[in-house]
Amino acid sequence: MTAPSANQDFPPPKILTHPSTSPPTLITQGAEGRLYKTTHLLPTLPCALKYRPPKPYRHPALDARLTRARISAEAKVLERCWREGVPVPAVYAMDAARGWLAMEWIEGVPVRVGINNFLGEGEETQTKGEGELVDLMKRIGEAVGKLHRTGVVHGDLTTSNMMLRPRSGTQVNGESEATGRDDRVKVLEGEVVLIDFGLATQSMSDEDRAVDLYVLERAFASTHPRAERLFGAILDEYKTTFKKAPSVLAKLEDVRMRGRKRSMLG
Amino acid sequence: MTLEKIQLEHVPSNIHIYATLFRDVSNADFLHSQLLARNPDFEYAFVDASSVISRFHLLSAVYAAVNALVTGTLRTPNVHSEIVVSLNTNNNIADAYRRWGITPGKTKDLIVVKVVVAPEVSSTETTSSPTKDKPTTQEQQQQQQQPEDEQQSIWTHLTTHVKGTPSELSDANLAPLTDWPKVRKYYRLNAVPALAGCKDDEEKRRQEERLAVMGMALKGL
Repeated sequence: MTAPSANQDFPPPKILTHPSTSPPTLITQGAEGRLYKTTHLLPTLPCALKYRPPKPYRHPALDARLTRARISAEAKVLERCWREGVPVPAVYAMDAARGWLAMEWIEGVPVRVGINNFLGEGEETQTKGEGELVDLMKRIGEAVGKLHRTGVVHGDLTTSNMMLRPRSGTQVNGESEATGRDDRVKVLEGEVVLIDFGLATQSMSDEDRAVDLYVLERAFASTHPRAERLFGAILDEYKTTFKKAPSVLAKLEDVRMRGRKRSMLG
Repeated sequence: MTLEKIQLEHVPSNIHIYATLFRDVSNADFLHSQLLARNPDFEYAFVDASSVISRFHLLSAVYAAVNALVTGTLRTPNVHSEIVVSLNTNNNIADAYRRWGITPGKTKDLIVVKVVVAPEVSSTETTSSPTKDKPTTQEQQQQQQQPEDEQQSIWTHLTTHVKGTPSELSDANLAPLTDWPKVRKYYRLNAVPALAGCKDDEEKRRQEERLAVMGMALKGL
């Protein structure tokens, strides 16, 4: 748990050292991997490149195997979701042995930012535009419902791991679409896209799905306490989208009672 | 000249990629036989245009092959055959040649890709990164002069041996050549839930292209 020194340099993956029209930028640095924004094939095609650097403390053979397996697993899950119509980034290219995965760049802001911009500094009592917030909750519920329907659990469902992608067909500016809504409400518009499947697994168990929902619920409680009371809208839409939701929601009750971990070990 | 030099992102600068399209090729048999004979003068990727969706689709395969070349992980004899194999969604090489390669008696429209590995001008990889300082005049001349000759000589060789109408490798030219029933079969695009609700034809094509590219990237995982 040592804090990394500020000027610690992270050597980029080899692939990013080859010339490109605009330099790659490091977006986030997680415990396991790093995310760069760069371009794929053409200067006009932005992409997100996830890179899992080698871990010096692991045996090289084991390290290579784990990295390869994890990159492949993430790509597999993304492809499966995409095929089934779950809103996730498309995979462009990968080299599992060298630990990178290039994905579609999702425009927009994380849902976390969207909600916080919306709630802003306003007082507790404000209800203006609450309909739009409920609408966003429904879109989240639908996305998670589709995900679980596909047999995938995300493993780290938070509002930071969901993007609000502006709808492509928003050129209808003169029409009723944009009129009558102020900017504060517009921050909630867009398609909900799930990202970061680094911890995702393929699972059909109610338990795993319930934990996914529980993690999201807790994320709401801590990140957007003022939106928490609307969490029910997510579950309602989840039920509409996903046929097997009732047994998952029953399980969610159990999980709420005891927390995320099933066993008391570890 | 319809042979274009293609600059892909994140490809070492000493690797030059050229590509063009030939319509109504009449000597596919001859070209195929040159590949079988491993004639070093015919080191090209010959791709049947009817199995290709778009430039993005093709370039994804080129990129995968070049990456394999750079990382020393080619699964086939050279980067050109690797391009053809990269279009496949599994690791069956013979299958890939049959589906995406040139087929005697069948291939009518042909995409040709040539990858040239030039001797590296500078000794290390890092100096050829975007942050590179101005090259010396001599280097500059080498870099500018050489590829033009290279491009010209490839073009001359191609136009002497490929009997067909040279065309620009554009999406507009490629789109009408795509044999969709075949492509859908190769990339298992039939009965994909994600495509079910898609009414707009153009949007559907774009999604099918993405699915094909994903299939290639995953290689049967």
